[in-house]
Amino acid sequence: MTDTHNHDHNPIHKPLKPVGITGYGAYVPRYRLPAKEVARIWSGGEGSLPIIEKAVAGLDEDVVTMSIEAARNALKRAEIDASQLRAVWVGSESHPYAVKPSGTIVAEAIGAPRSIQAGDWEFACKAGTEAMVAAMALVGSGMGEYGLAIGMDTAQGKPGDALEYTAASGGAAYIIGPAETALAEIVASYSYVSDTPDFWRRAHAFYPEHGQRFTGEPAYFAHITAATERILAESGYQAKDFNWAVFHQPNTKFPQRVAKSLGFTPEQIAPGLLVPHIGNTYSGSALIGLSAILDIAQPGERVLMTSYGSGAGSDSFIIEVREPILQRRHNALSTQDYIARRTEIDYATYVRFRGEIVIE
Amino acid sequence: MSFSDDVFIVGIGQTPLGELWDLGLRDLGLQALLTAVEDAQGLVPQALYVANMLGASASRQANLGALICDQVGLAGQAEALTVEAAEASGGVALQLAANAIRAGSADVVAVLGVEKVADIVSSELDAFVAQSLDADFESEIGMNANSQAALLLQRYLHENAFPREALAGFPMIAHANAVANPHAMFRRAISAEAYNKAALVEPPLNFYDVAPLADGATALILTRGSCLPSTLRAQAVRLAGSAVANSRLALHDRLDPLFFDAAALSSQRALERAGLSLEDLDFFEYSDITTLHALLSLEAIGAAPRGQSWKLASDGSLALDGSLPVATMGGNKARGFALGASGVFQALEATLQLRGKAGANQIPNARVGMVQSLAGNASLAATHVLTKPVWN
Repeated sequence: MTDTHNHDHNPIHKPLKPVGITGYGAYVPRYRLPAKEVARIWSGGEGSLPIIEKAVAGLDEDVVTMSIEAARNALKRAEIDASQLRAVWVGSESHPYAVKPSGTIVAEAIGAPRSIQAGDWEFACKAGTEAMVAAMALVGSGMGEYGLAIGMDTAQGKPGDALEYTAASGGAAYIIGPAETALAEIVASYSYVSDTPDFWRRAHAFYPEHGQRFTGEPAYFAHITAATERILAESGYQAKDFNWAVFHQPNTKFPQRVAKSLGFTPEQIAPGLLVPHIGNTYSGSALIGLSAILDIAQPGERVLMTSYGSGAGSDSFIIEVREPILQRRHNALSTQDYIARRTEIDYATYVRFRGEIVIE
Repeated sequence: MSFSDDVFIVGIGQTPLGELWDLGLRDLGLQALLTAVEDAQGLVPQALYVANMLGASASRQANLGALICDQVGLAGQAEALTVEAAEASGGVALQLAANAIRAGSADVVAVLGVEKVADIVSSELDAFVAQSLDADFESEIGMNANSQAALLLQRYLHENAFPREALAGFPMIAHANAVANPHAMFRRAISAEAYNKAALVEPPLNFYDVAPLADGATALILTRGSCLPSTLRAQAVRLAGSAVANSRLALHDRLDPLFFDAAALSSQRALERAGLSLEDLDFFEYSDITTLHALLSLEAIGAAPRGQSWKLASDGSLALDGSLPVATMGGNKARGFALGASGVFQALEATLQLRGKAGANQIPNARVGMVQSLAGNASLAATHVLTKPVWN
């Protein structure tokens, strides 16, 4: 992509007040649809598969219920009361309502007060990290003590489309608060966006459309690379200065390839690379990879996270793990606990769960 | 000889081929044309023939003559128009450009082949490419050129019992030759093993049997012998003979669908007009849209008897040091298949060979080359014979 808008006066974000992750929580629904089951229906079982299996929301689950689960886990690890929250923001591309916020339902369900910011974010697969940057700004400016940012999806894939193999359900919630009491400090973030139409869903459309290979080089790779290279350059770090890294994971190959090209090793991305086992959770994809890393990271370790949302943009974060994580991460189920909780379903059950069967 | 009334290619230019996300028709056309004018030491075209198949459908842009003329600053100076003959647009545009010079209506003419395919999704693109077939009786029922080529190859395999693996040589030669072509879409060799393991696209055609569609542009500057500056003599390549021929449009109307009669007619006439014969050819840039096209093109020009051309793929005949090298810079298969521009790419590559500037792929002492572009399954063929002139 020809970059004519790379303004040098727009450096990385560092809030006035240091901020961090006070609590975090993952949620993955229990149902799994193996990719080979999709191939059985649509390609006679032939062709290579982008993942092993994906997580599927049950009949009584949606972005709101799953966000509530993840938010409750985040509150447990934060060891704060929901009344201390100043914002409840839900990033998703599968909000149950086109008009009516998920944020207010989640806020009320978890016991957040009425005098808060609540609302929804949409930026394809980076709505969750966009909410996270906003929460950093809210807390970092002193407007509020804690902000809850959630990335959660029950992603749609048209039956028979390449996306059906990977479009999955799940995500994670993050409570952003003062760095002093945080489990991990967010040292800096940097965002990079452009008008790149690689993937979209028009109003009233059931399924997204995409530009096939255009979603690769000029979209996913260009934006993740630009955001990550810039935050590294501005912060003076190199790939080897990080213990762990997580990139948006729409399939298994893309994050592996972009990590390699940016100088990260397979070992650095291994704990956060969940896509083979849960699929692409869209707005939750990078965030749930981060939650799996925080489940195992040691105090003093440094983590890089770069999300990607079609349309298009990337948010990159430098995160440093702090001492309290050793105690507080055990307050809730780990990401791997959720992944291990598994009930396999067949394609017929999947289409029923996802409401693909039209009954007049 | 003085060649004063003959037509010469004196300038060439091209863009890379591939999925060129940042470049549209105007950008591609500008790059290729300006490079060609520079190569022709600044000769300014008085006419511009733009070869293109899908501008009006894939880019919603017709009127490419005006578009490109405007883009390169020739508005008001050159008469410009689009030539459309499906995948053979490039070969046909070259003939029309040469005719304009022979008719005396222009002294310097540019031919620009430009195609843009990557901006739309493949299902739309497939439907647009199928426009080269008979809309009422073929594409309407879901056929496209590849599915027809697959049916023809099935029949060919049935009639000429031979091992399917024998066809590996066609894409292997193309890929091997593309390695040294800096503009090619796929610059890597492939193995027979990879060919034999490749997934089927349209059985029996596999992934490596079908040329990949590519964005790309290429331009030629043509002039008459009497207008040729002496400084351009060393790089001038003579367009010795050209011919366009047609077959029945729909495959089901052909009495012998396994013989590309349009390809046969057009190559015979082009050679005849050049005063040359098949034996004189040092190389043949064929239209390897699929492996089936490669097979039937070789039989159409008489390089192999009916049902025997598969043998050429493995006996070394078609390699750069063989008796009739093909796809010398990668062909449609590995250079990339830029549809309506492909015929112009072939002429550019032949020019490189005849100039002695084909680098690692140079055919020693190349003096005569033939290029042939085909529309659909050879419902139309445009053939040109190019020679290296011997000046007095």
